[in-house]
Amino acid sequence: MKYLDEFSDPALAGKLIDEIKSATSRRWSIMEVCGGQTHSIIRHGIDQLLPDTIEMIHGPGCPVCVTPLETIDKALEIASRPDVIFCSFGDMLRVPGSDKDLFQVKSQGGDVRVVYSPLDALTVARENPDKQVVFFGIGFETTAPANAMTVYQAKRLGIENFSLLVSHVLVPPAISAIMESPTCRVQAFLAAGHVCTVMGTEEYPPLCDKYGIPIVVTGFEPLDILEGIRRTVLQLESGRHELENAYPRAVQGLGNPAAKAMLLDVFEVTDRAWRGIGMIPSSGWRLSHAYREYDAEHRFSVTDIHTEESADCRSGEVLQGLIKPHECAAFGTLCTPRNPLGATMVSSEGACAAYYLYRRLEVTHA
Amino acid sequence: MPETSNGRSVSPATIDMEAWVCPAPLRDSPNIVMGHGGGGAMSGELIEHLFLPAFGPAADAGMGDSAIIEVGGARLAFSTDSFVVKPLAFPGGTIGDLAVNGTVNDLAMAGARPAVLSTAFILEEGTPLDELARVAQAVGTAAMAAGVKLVTGDTKVVDAGHGDGVYINTAGIGLVDPRVDIRPQRAAVGDVVIVSGDIGLHGVAVMSCRAGLEFATTVTSDTAPLNGLVAAMIETGADIHAMRDPTRGGVAATLNEIAKAAKVGISLDERVIPIPAEVRDACGLLGLDPLYVANEGKLIAVVPADDADRVLEAMRSHPYGGRATVIGRCVPEHPGMVSARTALGGTRVVDLPIGEQLPRIC
Amino acid sequence: MCLAVPGKILSVEDRDGTLMSEVDFGGVKKDVCMQYIPDAEVGEYVVVHVGFALQRLDEESARRTLAEFEHLGVLKEEFGDGFELAARQAGLGNPNASSETNGNAEVKS
Repeated sequence: MKYLDEFSDPALAGKLIDEIKSATSRRWSIMEVCGGQTHSIIRHGIDQLLPDTIEMIHGPGCPVCVTPLETIDKALEIASRPDVIFCSFGDMLRVPGSDKDLFQVKSQGGDVRVVYSPLDALTVARENPDKQVVFFGIGFETTAPANAMTVYQAKRLGIENFSLLVSHVLVPPAISAIMESPTCRVQAFLAAGHVCTVMGTEEYPPLCDKYGIPIVVTGFEPLDILEGIRRTVLQLESGRHELENAYPRAVQGLGNPAAKAMLLDVFEVTDRAWRGIGMIPSSGWRLSHAYREYDAEHRFSVTDIHTEESADCRSGEVLQGLIKPHECAAFGTLCTPRNPLGATMVSSEGACAAYYLYRRLEVTHA
Repeated sequence: MPETSNGRSVSPATIDMEAWVCPAPLRDSPNIVMGHGGGGAMSGELIEHLFLPAFGPAADAGMGDSAIIEVGGARLAFSTDSFVVKPLAFPGGTIGDLAVNGTVNDLAMAGARPAVLSTAFILEEGTPLDELARVAQAVGTAAMAAGVKLVTGDTKVVDAGHGDGVYINTAGIGLVDPRVDIRPQRAAVGDVVIVSGDIGLHGVAVMSCRAGLEFATTVTSDTAPLNGLVAAMIETGADIHAMRDPTRGGVAATLNEIAKAAKVGISLDERVIPIPAEVRDACGLLGLDPLYVANEGKLIAVVPADDADRVLEAMRSHPYGGRATVIGRCVPEHPGMVSARTALGGTRVVDLPIGEQLPRIC
Repeated sequence: MCLAVPGKILSVEDRDGTLMSEVDFGGVKKDVCMQYIPDAEVGEYVVVHVGFALQRLDEESARRTLAEFEHLGVLKEEFGDGFELAARQAGLGNPNASSETNGNAEVKS
């Protein structure tokens, strides 16, 4: 694919790695915010090729992982109803709720469908006027515009049998929460490149100043990640703490104004509990008052949810970068991608799944 | 992978749920889920922990695609496969082509010359006859191309709403070439791993017309009978150790099964795995890994290093083996696991897929 | 998060009041919603996530970034280490070997 394949070139990767090595004179701990970046780092073996003095701490930027358990349980309840067609991105199908997942709901007769785009769910609603169609609207700021446009179209076209179960989370509050944590070791962030294609970069300089940390907007291909790390190291070595855009081909400072306008109309900020981390104030989006009638939580009053996380699951500590996946006693034993205790082992970009899939040779005892 | 316990006298109704080695999802889910049909770990678990114990002493299942049985001094290969693909027709073929080629290939993977097939159809009430005729014609054409006879069959009809139009089961018998002993367990350290050509084509072709995912692509299914290719490989006189066709679960599932059966490690080099650009692009769009995407006209062969050159030459001279490539080796490290050198020079594990691969947004 | 890929716009049309495009991802073509980049033109590249074009892909910027990567280390190859060169010109020893001239508290071993 053009403008993708070129950014995997191994020879150029070698050059970037050499540059990073010669620039690094001491230990640095850098957090990559986005789960897609974690996946890329582990899958290509980038962390194995960096100098030992650079530690990549894997961040909580996996919307699948951090969707609150209560929301998953609500989704499962709604999806189980006979008059509902429940549509979702593939990522969510195997995320464990308190006692089952969407795949199991499907096996028990629930009409659960995987779609590529939320607009496909709207099509399902139009084609099935006698059913209630619910779309599971998870994601960071990258996915929010798609979900927003879908519910906007539903309202405009009067498609009343459609509703959205929303669980959006925001990156800047997560960065603050991580930096405020007393056990924080993070000295710099690779910001999420695709979040910034939508939101731009304006939210980050205040964070750079407040916490004295470099934040470098970074893409996802191997060269993008290495370049993000290179620029971060250069800042750290010279004591700078600025916002830098290392993904200029896809990120503009102002982001996408049309998308941001839609987001302002369709969503409003809310406190959000991040699974495994806890409540982060003003860190989520829910549907605004004008769209409340399309909110699945309102349409389906879901009560009687008793959430119960596995006692052995330490995904919260993994998500905050406090431990590495293999430092959890359940890793690879009680907890595997086939029998996940928490979302970080199920999501394709959760750190635990990435380590299990790609790193078992080095880190497991099993 | 846990060992099965043959020789247990358990009556079919009492499966000892507690005796399973891993805290299997099966125990938490009392129903079949789609993942059980994915060809990965869950399918394997279903066989190991439900079917085999339930069959009891009557079961005598090896790990290969076909069973080898001695009948009156001859070694026969016997295999069966069911085809439930949706949609029935996709770029490059129909369920009819798959039904013939799938079983022909299972027999060929044992080093057998496929001779006869049975065809059993389960038809959904309301299926248009011309659609069925198209499938049946494909079955006939594919059988001719493969050189097998269709000798017996069956037809059943189920109520509308049960059955996706047409399900086909084929079972086949072939005569095993006396020169060969091809079993996954024979893969040995030092052996070379060969793939017969480009991977990921079938899975992408089928996905491109699946509702909710539709995309336009030039990719067509690679469904093909491989018995001719296998015959050419056997003619070289090489001592082929193991062969399998990487269908559901892709190359990753197949290599993991061989590694586990033979208790060897397999090490791949990602730089040389033949993945066509269109497959890479489609997978990139949906967030899938080509190593896990189904193939219906490819084989994996594990041969001693000394035999590699002549096997490769024979393959490359055959229409279905033109892009045959060495993609890795059997190694003493990490027995039972498959690893790969990434393009950048790092290492990753190529794990057994769990259930079916789903498109992702993250 | 955020699997987003670049693709080339092949066509643009209005469908039920929604701006849609057929986008070419190197051989794979898919329908994409263009409402967020309404002035996008045929032939332009966009970054697409879950069926929506989120941002233009700046082709010039992509080329420049790749060119920068190509040039990494080139100066070093031609002129040697920059610090070393500056130090020699100033009449000092190699600063990387001396902890007095190196301002860092920890020196990488």
